[in-house]
Amino acid sequence: MTIMTSPETITPRRSFLRDNPSVLWFMGLLGLFTLIVTLLSEGMGMGVISTNLVKILGMTLCLCLIAIAMDVVWGYCGILSLGHFAFFGLGGYAIGMWLMYARTEIVIRDSLGRGAIPPTEREVSEGVASQIFGVVGSSELPLIWSFAGSLPAQLALVVLVPGVLALVFGWLAFRSRVTGVYLSILTQAMTLALSLYLFQNDTGLRGNNGLSGLQNIPGALEVPQAVISVWFFWASALALGLGYLLFAWVVSGKFGSVIRAIRDNEARVRFLGYNVEGYKLFVFTLTAVVAGIAGALYYPQAGIINPAEIAPIASIYLAVWVAIGGRGRLYGAVIGAAFVSLLSSWLTGGGAPNVDLGLFRIVWTDWWLVLLGLGFVAVTLFFPKGIGGLFDYLVRKQP
Amino acid sequence: MTTLLEVSGVSVTFDGFRAINNLSIAIGEPELRAVIGPNGAGKTTFMDIVTGKTRPDEGKVLWGEKSIDLVRMSESQIAKAGIGRKFQKPTVFEDQSVRANLSMALKNKRGPFSVLAWKATEADNARIVALADEVGLTERLEHRAGDLSHGQKQWLEIGMLLAQDPRLLLVDEPAAGMTPAEREHTTDLLKRAAKTRAVVVIEHDMEFIRRLDCRVTVLHEGSVLAEGSLNHVTKNQQVIDVYLGR
Amino acid sequence: MKACLMLRRLCAFALIWQLILSPVMAQDESDTPLQDVLQTVQSEVANPSRGTVPAVLQALMAADAPGTVDFLRTWSDREVYERPADGLFFYATAEGSSLTLIDIDTGAEVATVTSRDVSQIRPNAGVRREIGASLVAFELTHPDADRRMAALASAARSPDPDQLPAIRAARAEEEDSAIAARMDRLIALLVARYDQDSTTRVEAIGALRGDVSTPARSVLNQLLATRADFAETLPEDVNIARIKTPGEDISLSAAYAVLVGADLAPAAPGRNAIRDALRANVVDGQVGGVPVHQLDNDADRIAAYQALEDAGIVPPLVTEADVADAVSQYVFFDAYLEPDAAVTTAAEAARSSTSLRVSGYQFLSLSLDALSLASIFFLAAIGLAITFGVMRVINMAHGEFIMMGAYTGYVVQTIIPNYTASLAVALPLAFAVTFLAGVVMERLVIRHLYTRPLETLLATFGISIALQQLAKNIFGTQARPVTAPDWLAGAIQINDLVSVAAVRVGIFVMAALFLLLLLYILNRTRLGLEVRAVTQNPGMAASMGINPDRINMLTFGLGSGIAGVAGVAIGLVAQVTSEMGANYIVQSFMTVVVGGVGSVFGTLAGAALIGSLQKGIEWFNPANTLAAQTFMVLFIILFIQFRPKGIVALKGRAAGD
Repeated sequence: MTIMTSPETITPRRSFLRDNPSVLWFMGLLGLFTLIVTLLSEGMGMGVISTNLVKILGMTLCLCLIAIAMDVVWGYCGILSLGHFAFFGLGGYAIGMWLMYARTEIVIRDSLGRGAIPPTEREVSEGVASQIFGVVGSSELPLIWSFAGSLPAQLALVVLVPGVLALVFGWLAFRSRVTGVYLSILTQAMTLALSLYLFQNDTGLRGNNGLSGLQNIPGALEVPQAVISVWFFWASALALGLGYLLFAWVVSGKFGSVIRAIRDNEARVRFLGYNVEGYKLFVFTLTAVVAGIAGALYYPQAGIINPAEIAPIASIYLAVWVAIGGRGRLYGAVIGAAFVSLLSSWLTGGGAPNVDLGLFRIVWTDWWLVLLGLGFVAVTLFFPKGIGGLFDYLVRKQP
Repeated sequence: MTTLLEVSGVSVTFDGFRAINNLSIAIGEPELRAVIGPNGAGKTTFMDIVTGKTRPDEGKVLWGEKSIDLVRMSESQIAKAGIGRKFQKPTVFEDQSVRANLSMALKNKRGPFSVLAWKATEADNARIVALADEVGLTERLEHRAGDLSHGQKQWLEIGMLLAQDPRLLLVDEPAAGMTPAEREHTTDLLKRAAKTRAVVVIEHDMEFIRRLDCRVTVLHEGSVLAEGSLNHVTKNQQVIDVYLGR
Repeated sequence: MKACLMLRRLCAFALIWQLILSPVMAQDESDTPLQDVLQTVQSEVANPSRGTVPAVLQALMAADAPGTVDFLRTWSDREVYERPADGLFFYATAEGSSLTLIDIDTGAEVATVTSRDVSQIRPNAGVRREIGASLVAFELTHPDADRRMAALASAARSPDPDQLPAIRAARAEEEDSAIAARMDRLIALLVARYDQDSTTRVEAIGALRGDVSTPARSVLNQLLATRADFAETLPEDVNIARIKTPGEDISLSAAYAVLVGADLAPAAPGRNAIRDALRANVVDGQVGGVPVHQLDNDADRIAAYQALEDAGIVPPLVTEADVADAVSQYVFFDAYLEPDAAVTTAAEAARSSTSLRVSGYQFLSLSLDALSLASIFFLAAIGLAITFGVMRVINMAHGEFIMMGAYTGYVVQTIIPNYTASLAVALPLAFAVTFLAGVVMERLVIRHLYTRPLETLLATFGISIALQQLAKNIFGTQARPVTAPDWLAGAIQINDLVSVAAVRVGIFVMAALFLLLLLYILNRTRLGLEVRAVTQNPGMAASMGINPDRINMLTFGLGSGIAGVAGVAIGLVAQVTSEMGANYIVQSFMTVVVGGVGSVFGTLAGAALIGSLQKGIEWFNPANTLAAQTFMVLFIILFIQFRPKGIVALKGRAAGD
């Protein structure tokens, strides 16, 4: 067979950013937002934005990060994972263990050091253990806390624990060709198993007490929370920016083509010679790792993590955000996560005024979830493209 | 002509129904082969078995010089080994551009990491353009595949099949929904492809088969009823019985 | 609220009735029959002696007033009080120094007094024995068989050698074979435990073989009770149960601790004791010549301690060798409290043969538990299996339909106070309510999403959030009960080891009925035929004149309706809260997926597997139901690896997606 080569028709190689103008837009807006929050913050600027609000905004950025991860795995690759919030929580637990251990160790060393003779290492670790685990009636440091004293080790675990879990689980699930709703249910089962496991007192993560006091950063205990909150805000903004860039790069180009093709017709992709399971596993694991990192940044700002955070419902909410924001476009996920989570904390936090209808008083704390549920049904039925779909509309209007 | 694919003694049962019954077919390289038969004769199931979609209960499917057994390989491994398939119903990725569709099918490394690092070379782009030219979609390279007409989708799928550069093409009813002119083009294309590789065509349209002018295998109830030139098989009494009904 | 009011009205009504009737009835029956009898022998009861007791007993038993037996037992236990002011007798509960007097006949609290206002009646040991024996004799020869049975049961609960003659006497006259058998057993128990003659006891113990009743097992356990002891050489006169080798059966440190406890060895200073000793002996920044700042590890601390020890300031360290040496000089053993070796040997044999039967019954009990759990899972999941199997629609709001059914049961109960009647109303009503809800949901939401199954999952999830919060807004966060009627409230007792709550049997029966009903509907009715047609090939079904819209609607309604009925059933065994649906949804999905989608029998198999699995895991680790659930979910994930289509898999082309 002959193939005619006609040089005129070869399209020039195109640059990543020119193909993806939204990335530049997003980076610019994120930078601007970071600058504004910093300038208005209590810790470093004019003090218009309270420390608490800075934390909420920083946490929202982390939620946006996990939302884009969810968007890649679901919106692009078609795997409706109901387990990504579990990976988020695992990242939080991994960093929480260090935060709690290191801070307690400082306290224990301080108090033991006041005695006539210096403490032994064993006394210190026993003291830390009984301080941390007294609440679940134990005074021994569980095996999984072996590296809790080392920041690099726990940082590695932030990536490794969600990554390895996703790898093993994904390998098992994809290998047996579990797809669609089955896969969703299976990931939900995984999440349920994990949260039930964490709820137990004897599994070494303090049962339903969870890990607390995470807002105190060892080595920076003197630094006021107002300043720490801005640091974490920066870190969250940086992580979101890098995550956005990473995922934008992943989903553009041929890899993006392949995973979208898998979403639309995975059998056909197999007949093209692609190892579909490998691709799914790659995407599932990569997004799980990013979710873990997002969690590791989120929980020091939240201050506490407990197994209820990991419950299956949280992962479903994640899907809700992405769906409302608009699947299959990264900025859609960001919009959805930011919009719904901020609206939710405003309405349930008592910030919104109740509406008096004469006969009936709408108390937002009671009715917000009803509204969210029904709104979500409406979005699924009438606006499958979500809020992000509006941008398509705007862009198409412009020549 | 050497034997490229050898299906021997293959049987498949669905819930007690024997779709394929001790089927043996050999395809050479290069060769153009037409497979015909009444509905339910097992034509599509035969393709399913070769491409790994269905696992046979017994029998062997041997491939290539090294006689690798395809039965134990996954769909993607079989595709990578050099077997391309066009489905009865055109299946292209409607959400993506014609270029992206062709680009995915190009014969490049298929692993996630190589694909992640992949950038279109001059040669790749040239090949895409040439393929588009071949199937008459040059003008529509940047359009969504979903916006193409039914016939154009058929063409795109054939283009993707050629892009894979397979040693064996399995083509299931390529002419369905095509105009007479398009059919002619398709026959030319298939005949040309069959000069360097093996092509197996399933088709109902006898006129189309006649134009292919090749060896014909008649399937009936999951096994081979007759084989030879079209003229030869149409004179076979058994074949006439099967087609006209007893 | 309404139920409460109703109840109060009923009470008031009853009270008035009683007031009207009581003067008439007083002629025949007093309100205080027992007190009246007691007053006839007042001084003998208040000051009992061996001589007077038979007369009191005679009088009491002749009158046979209700509560006589309890009175005698309490009297004998020295818990009856006399109020000198009027000579009346009372029971009492003590709180600090004050006593609350309780009427002997009615059980009502009469007054609160100090211990000076009443005098406790204290029959001596002889009197008590007399009371006990005649009590047993009296009850065991009572003409009413139920009374005899009850007396036997109570005697078995608190076995006493003094009862033996009375039981033997009663046995001689007993004609009812069932009661006679129980008497024989009780005699065997008492003989085994208290008889003087070794051979008789061994024989009696032999009769207890395989007896799984609690009294029999507790007698064996009492006979085999041991105490831990040690000696320099193994004593001859002790009935040894087993010898414990230090380091194997008993840890060295535990054995040493025993010796320390008996003052036969010096206590070993632990790490804390060493630290405290070092702290107390810091001299010029040094302890025993070691600078203080070096004492941050165990090796240096021990060195410093040894320096102190050499100076004679602190008690000596005890090394492991010291411990081993001290322990090796003694034998550690467990000895039976029962000195007779023949008896303990026989008892061991009897116990091991009983324990086999006990495990058998425990397994039976566990299986019944599993069966009950499986029927709950089946009820919860079967509705889902229908909608999922027929329509490939994941209904995340299924759990909320269960909740809706349960709340329907609760609301009906507040309106209809009769539990049986309310249950009879609630079951069909719950079906109707959730059937309607299901149909509405199908019409408004689901049928727009048939081509997008993942989005059905999301949309129904939105509905589930809304319904859950709505229930919370209406009913609050407090758990509401659905109370079972009396005939479902008790337990069915098979023996001391195996019993099943009647309500669980009821749920099992209901699950079985639903299974049959569904099989009937699916296999024997026109609707079932059409449903199966739509399941297998919707396009073909439609072309044959079946209206898939109607079928889908009815199927969805049916599935939801069954969820509502399941909700009422689940409400009987669990609390009704707005979140209860969420607890069942994942398990229900597991049941459906494990069983195999689209098959009633698959769901049955899935429910049976998951139910027995959960109970099985709980059995290995009874304290931790969370762990059981964790392991179960893990098992399911693995199970799906090997049978992705479930236990009952549809094969062939129809199974293709």
